[in-house]
Amino acid sequence: MLPKDNPADPKTEDLAAQRLVQRVARNLDREAFAELFDAFAPRVKTFIIRKGASPDLAEDLVQETMINVWTKAGYYDPAKGSVLTWIFTIARNLRIDRIRRESSRPVSELGDFDPPSEAPAGEEILARKDEARSVARALSKIPPEQMEILTLSFIEDLPQAEIARRLNLPLGTVKSRMRLAYGHLRKNLEQPA
Amino acid sequence: MNIEHHLDAATLVAYAAGTLDEAFNVVVASHLDWCPACAEEARRAALLGGELIGKLAATPVSDECRSRTLGMLDTATLHRFPKAPSSGGELPEALEYLLKGKSLAELSWKRKAPGLALYDLPLSEASSGKLFLMRIAPGTAMPEHGHGGEEITLILSGAYNDRFGRYARGDVADLDESIEHQPIVEKDSACICLVATEAPTRFKSWPARLLQPLIGI
Ligand SMILES: [Zn+2]
Repeated sequence: MLPKDNPADPKTEDLAAQRLVQRVARNLDREAFAELFDAFAPRVKTFIIRKGASPDLAEDLVQETMINVWTKAGYYDPAKGSVLTWIFTIARNLRIDRIRRESSRPVSELGDFDPPSEAPAGEEILARKDEARSVARALSKIPPEQMEILTLSFIEDLPQAEIARRLNLPLGTVKSRMRLAYGHLRKNLEQPA
Repeated sequence: MNIEHHLDAATLVAYAAGTLDEAFNVVVASHLDWCPACAEEARRAALLGGELIGKLAATPVSDECRSRTLGMLDTATLHRFPKAPSSGGELPEALEYLLKGKSLAELSWKRKAPGLALYDLPLSEASSGKLFLMRIAPGTAMPEHGHGGEEITLILSGAYNDRFGRYARGDVADLDESIEHQPIVEKDSACICLVATEAPTRFKSWPARLLQPLIGI
């Protein structure tokens, strides 16, 4: 029997979100989409505002992001990452596109080229729950100076050179802190508690 | 493909965060297309970002934005990316997309020096990097050089050797800017690489310095 999940567990949230994305992909289910909107749009808005967008522009981009979730739902692949990561990749690329209008299509978007995915098998779901706990544990152990670099990268979207300038550090130090932070994660994924 | 040289973990984290310059993004995505090991590392790095983003506070979204979005669902056409024309696996997908389906042989290479030809790839104006293909003739010894900044090279065909080992199809040289090397291309075939740089390459020896304005890299 499966252990009882804490509803606030990010992994439980992700599994629920995966089911919603599937309903959107397969049945164009508007109710499922509304639930996704309520679950993710407020954090997408925070993410966009943190980069200095006005509230109006932020809501424009929230709308654009969520419409992309609707139209690209069939491309979401649970094997590549959580629904959250997928939605924020879309938001990030749209935010970048606003700056470089004529930019080529971002190549890093998860699942662009993939055929619609199958639902994950039971074993895979269990493995991914363990993985999410390992990630949370790794993050809780990362020292503040590495955490700062991760936050500037993932939340503020600053390139390595810009982080170095802002923190008045050599580029090599920024990179080695990124490597160390990633090392914590790898260790925690390879030796799950 | 037997890949020996991989991406730096710091590069993978920056890629997962979406903060790499477009030129570097193309080279990294191309390596990931061929390297399941680095693709798995990039996926893991993205988990870190997901965990951080999951902790973001919520900012209330107006009812107007919500109803506007829900009202657009019927008209939002279902998104289907056109499949990039395929070169039949010769090239990574991100590069194929930029070359619009042309093969390496079909490109109009610009000869820059004996044994060296380049082909510049277009980037958006916002990119501060440079992305190009480099074709070096069999047996050519490149001048010893350091790098004026960040640089990542993916080997598409052929092979070269330097003091870090042998670099062949699929291998990536993700070198620190302080590192100097002198690649020597193997004798049996030309070496073609995809290169992203952020600054002009600094050649060290005097004939090389003489060569640099001609080469323009
Ligand atoms: Zn690799």
